[in-house]
Amino acid sequence: MSSAAALTWFARHEVRLAWREWLAIIAGSRGKRKRAVIALIVFAAIMHLPAYAVIGRFADLQAPLGKPELIVITATIFLAWALMLSQAIESVTRVFYARADLDLLMSSPVNLANVFSVRIVAIALSVIGMALLLSTPFVDVLVLGGGARWLSAFGIVVAIGLSAAAVAIAITVLLFRLIGPSRTRLVAQIVAAVIGAGFVIALQVAAILSYGTLSRFAVLTSDAASAYAPDLDSPLWWPARAAIGEGMVLSWLMAGGLLLLGAVMAVFSPRFADTVVRVAATTQSVPRGARATAFRGGSRQHALRAKEFLLLRRDPWLLSQSLMQLLYLVPPALLLWRSFSESSAAIVLITPVIVMAAGQLAGGLAWLTISGEDAADLVATAPLPPSRVIRAKIEVVLASIGAIFAPLIAALAFASMTQAIVTALGIIVATVSAAAIQLWFRVQAKRSQFRRRQTSSRLATFAEAFCSIGWAATAALAVTIPIAAVISGVMTAAILAATWKISPRRD
Amino acid sequence: MVRNEQLDRPEIMNADVSALEVRGLTKRFDRPAVDALDLTIRTGEFYALLGPNGAGKTTTLRMVAGLLKPDAGSISILGIDALADPVAAKQIMAWVSDEPMIYDKLTPLEYLEFVAGLWGIDPAVSAPSAHQLLLSLGLEPHLHERCEGFSKGMRQKVALAGALVHDPRLIILDEPLTGLDALSARHVKGLLQERVRSGCTVIITTHILEVAERMADRIGVIAAGRLVAEGTLTELRQQTGRGDTTLEDMFIALVDAEAAAA
Repeated sequence: MSSAAALTWFARHEVRLAWREWLAIIAGSRGKRKRAVIALIVFAAIMHLPAYAVIGRFADLQAPLGKPELIVITATIFLAWALMLSQAIESVTRVFYARADLDLLMSSPVNLANVFSVRIVAIALSVIGMALLLSTPFVDVLVLGGGARWLSAFGIVVAIGLSAAAVAIAITVLLFRLIGPSRTRLVAQIVAAVIGAGFVIALQVAAILSYGTLSRFAVLTSDAASAYAPDLDSPLWWPARAAIGEGMVLSWLMAGGLLLLGAVMAVFSPRFADTVVRVAATTQSVPRGARATAFRGGSRQHALRAKEFLLLRRDPWLLSQSLMQLLYLVPPALLLWRSFSESSAAIVLITPVIVMAAGQLAGGLAWLTISGEDAADLVATAPLPPSRVIRAKIEVVLASIGAIFAPLIAALAFASMTQAIVTALGIIVATVSAAAIQLWFRVQAKRSQFRRRQTSSRLATFAEAFCSIGWAATAALAVTIPIAAVISGVMTAAILAATWKISPRRD
Repeated sequence: MVRNEQLDRPEIMNADVSALEVRGLTKRFDRPAVDALDLTIRTGEFYALLGPNGAGKTTTLRMVAGLLKPDAGSISILGIDALADPVAAKQIMAWVSDEPMIYDKLTPLEYLEFVAGLWGIDPAVSAPSAHQLLLSLGLEPHLHERCEGFSKGMRQKVALAGALVHDPRLIILDEPLTGLDALSARHVKGLLQERVRSGCTVIITTHILEVAERMADRIGVIAAGRLVAEGTLTELRQQTGRGDTTLEDMFIALVDAEAAAA
């Protein structure tokens, strides 16, 4: 086989793998794929409504744009780029650590630089593909409202996808060189989480500090932002200008993206193999500092709880996810802090944000403790009833959520005791709901499958999300319109009851 | 039956009681996996359960360990009805699967501490026992390393140490020597024989017939969910009418005969 034919063959293999991975994430088992694809199309159609609400008013924008419009569009594109970068870093880390075929590839008589070049392109394509999918409803709305010139927004998605993949590879390989392979996985996951959430949060923090509101548009459309922004002919505005239909600028950006990715491939592809070998070497045995070797006493449930807490502490994926959840709590916490000195109705917004974050975090924790049991046989053959095992695991979820959110509730109590009580109740109910759903839909799995926990049951995933949103809304309404909270609470409880009714474990 | 206060475990009063007594044990999946199986294993015996792939060995032992519910039949472990009182039965039993399931993020010592805690063993007893076990399995240099980088053999040894740390009376091992190097396999065999000498009962499944031939007091051959032959090596030779043949030849003859009869 010639070198070009081998490359094409391997590219086809990569595309097939990526397609099947994507299908598995979207649809789970093979039998459900057709239904999942239909559901996805329906979902995409429905997404046009919120897309219209968010972006419809920008459809009439015409060149030349003023600074406020350029700032808003550029910030939106930058946000999309940050999210793509986050996804790309995650993909690169997975290629280094998780692909089961690395041994096969490394031991085969192929040119590894070529193989990894194809893999870099595959990462870029998967990032771009996902971004195109998510951006389609928004671009559709702009095209329908403002004409075909907005189709160039798809080109922008491709261009920033190429550059995001290139930067992600550079960041990850540099992390390897700076902090070594063993720490890179954790740091890369945290960096990905921070990059994904950081930009939005930074805008919100700036908005709160300057204007006392959670709206990020307050900063972007302010006079101060316009004053500090560069002139209209600055290259900084090229992505925004390309998005509204300037074909030449779009061509430059796409060429730049391709050039960047090509440069990264040329520089890093030959080194990918070394990096993978170094990862394999460090996963052999990492000596840890010896601690006291005396065993601690306690009940059997205590042994289970201690093990769960230890494993949660040592779970890098959970740490990065928790960090992201906590980052999202920074703006409301800041709002809370500002509200001590000046009375503000905005403080009510804190309650749903906290309840929602608690529900989401509890869902992840509950999956890890209840379903993600690596030694299922051991626990099942231990001399204690299954009900006590489950109880100990749920206690771990409740205690973890309590430890994370107690300081916020305590701070809230200084501002408003009633709101603090309502928020605490909301956290408890959202946590118990999330744990109950995980319990009803539990499927034994390895903790390393955490990324794919959503695919084991779509129903559980949606129920968990709807309940989190429902309890968050109920808590917010309880502070503002108590009678509406009753209705919202009953509706959320009904969702939970319906979930239980159709769950496989209700018997 | 009384309970040992310190270890919170049932103390078996009658030394003559069978370590395992299975009657009419049945389990169906798409087809019968275990078919009205009767099996009696005496206390202090080293018993090897052999059979071709899919014969029902692992299903049988998983039901005994409480990991699968039988469709019919009874299981008695040292006089305890394992279906009526699974917690009491589990207290005196250990199960090691062929695929060692341990926690990647724990060190061997932390894993053994957890297992001892699950079985309610006094730390003053379990800590030195854990050290001794890991030492005898050659894991001393790795006591404080997380298991994530361990080879399959090392993981198997950690899982075995976990099974022994609570000093069980009945140890069930599914393919315990798979993936072990010669030295490790000798360590494991030595440990198991030592346990048998101290009165513990060991049941293993294995495809390495030489292990069964050299170590087992009695051998059971299972095919299509039924016990087709059982006894010491000499008794098996008599049953098959093959004077001085090897276990491998007898095993193949028995399995072939069963397949032909089916």
